[in-house]
Amino acid sequence: MKIEAIQEDLIDEFSMFDDWMQRYEYMIDLGKSLPIIDESLKTEDRLIKGCQSKVWLNAELKGNQVVFTADSDAIITKGIIAILIRVFSNQKPEDILVANTNFIDEIGLKEHLSPTRANGLVSMIKQLKLYAMAYQAQLKN
Amino acid sequence: MYSVEKIREDFPILKRKVNGYPLIYLDNAATSQKPQLVIDCIVDYYSNYNANIHRGVHTLSQEATDAYEIARKKIQKHFNIKNSHEVIFTSGTTHGINLVANGFSEILLKGDEILVSAMEHHSNIVPWQMLCERTGAILKVIPMNQEGVLVLSEYEAILSEKTKLVFVNHVSNALGTINPISEIIKKAQDKGAAVLIDGAQSCSHIKPDLQKLNVDFYVTSAHKMCGPTGVGMLYMNEKWGNILPPYQGGGEMIKEVTFKKTTYADLPHKFEAGTPNISGGIAFGSAIDYLNNIGFAEIEKYEMALLSYATNELLKIDDLTIYGTGPDKTSVVSFNIDGIHPYDIGTIVDKLGIAVRTGHHCTQPIMAFYKIPGTVRASFAFYNTKEEIDALVSAVKKAQMMLT
Repeated sequence: MKIEAIQEDLIDEFSMFDDWMQRYEYMIDLGKSLPIIDESLKTEDRLIKGCQSKVWLNAELKGNQVVFTADSDAIITKGIIAILIRVFSNQKPEDILVANTNFIDEIGLKEHLSPTRANGLVSMIKQLKLYAMAYQAQLKN
Repeated sequence: MYSVEKIREDFPILKRKVNGYPLIYLDNAATSQKPQLVIDCIVDYYSNYNANIHRGVHTLSQEATDAYEIARKKIQKHFNIKNSHEVIFTSGTTHGINLVANGFSEILLKGDEILVSAMEHHSNIVPWQMLCERTGAILKVIPMNQEGVLVLSEYEAILSEKTKLVFVNHVSNALGTINPISEIIKKAQDKGAAVLIDGAQSCSHIKPDLQKLNVDFYVTSAHKMCGPTGVGMLYMNEKWGNILPPYQGGGEMIKEVTFKKTTYADLPHKFEAGTPNISGGIAFGSAIDYLNNIGFAEIEKYEMALLSYATNELLKIDDLTIYGTGPDKTSVVSFNIDGIHPYDIGTIVDKLGIAVRTGHHCTQPIMAFYKIPGTVRASFAFYNTKEEIDALVSAVKKAQMMLT
């Protein structure tokens, strides 16, 4: 599924909710359903800086696609990660690099996009794109 | 008669809404809100007598200088400081600490010892670590117990003739513990050590008598006491004022400059290089007037009632743990709920219009001591109400329901 299509799906899903509480409850559920990554992958070099909670992000190249797995010790952060992974995992590096993140605003999570917010959503997106860039270079060689 | 409704009228920000709910501001340990009187004071300065101070002969400069120096005298009186030249305006607590640490870098010798408490804010740890790196002095830690109370017997055990400096906060920002500073100062001075007390967290709750405490240095920030940000006070005992070298070079701090040599100005100007935060200093004075008009005894009585109410109500929530349970506390409750990250609780209660602080509160050693990533901290001021605490409790319960 293409990134834009997944984003459209997410916008549809979140448009069903009337208020923030339902959106957050859904996000918390997404967080709970995120597959827990292996303890051995929770290393210092996989930690994303700039988060009040801990976020570990792991990236692997499978064929010509990047597969992301991640975890956090905070559940709302985990929900945000689950959304990002649904959008960006199992995609080609070049698609990840050109994808925009306007959907975050559209699903009513704009407040998490503020760079001053300590949840590191901005740092997470930056890190996802950095991995994509690295794998794109690797694939070209 | 203490009327919280009347007091709340003084704070325009308390009328606003956040995320559709009336703002409930419980992050007072980070910064307090400002009464209209303080806001007006800043507007009045810039509208009517803005000028640089201590230099001009013109009327505006005289008026601004007078107002700034009156503020210094208000601070002197408030803290019962002997001489007004022992009051040094700073940009805040951190600036004051760095100023003193810098001064001691020329005094300390290799092997000298510095003691800090286990519950210091990073701003009262890092400057001393840097100082130790520069001088070869050794940093030692006064430990605390599970209640978040300093172990004074351990303190006495590590105090020695080698101890040159002792740094302790008056009140812990993460736990609210009030430290027995009078005893700490006396014991250090008996060994010939100087003492710096970090009063950033105490001065909105307690009115310290610095002559009675006989302390060497006391630092605080205006913004936690209803004053503006970017201004604070360093009390430096006259003896140290003459010993310590200036921190920054610039205008105002000089007596005479030639290219061969500069002689420094007298106290306090020796430590006040450059154009200061003039409106901030003047408004700091107004904030002190405001607090004294309400009265610190009244404030303390009211806040203690809030603290005991909040503690009791929060403890009714299942699986909730409070950190900092010593007998002497300011109105701060730092807590966690088993299995829930403090960040998650902070996010949900914010959606309900309630401002609390989450995280390690710049006290990572305390968090490491309790083996936790951080806490949720609700800190109450004299303008908070029991109804606001009820709203906090119900928001925390809601967060707990959503997050487990």
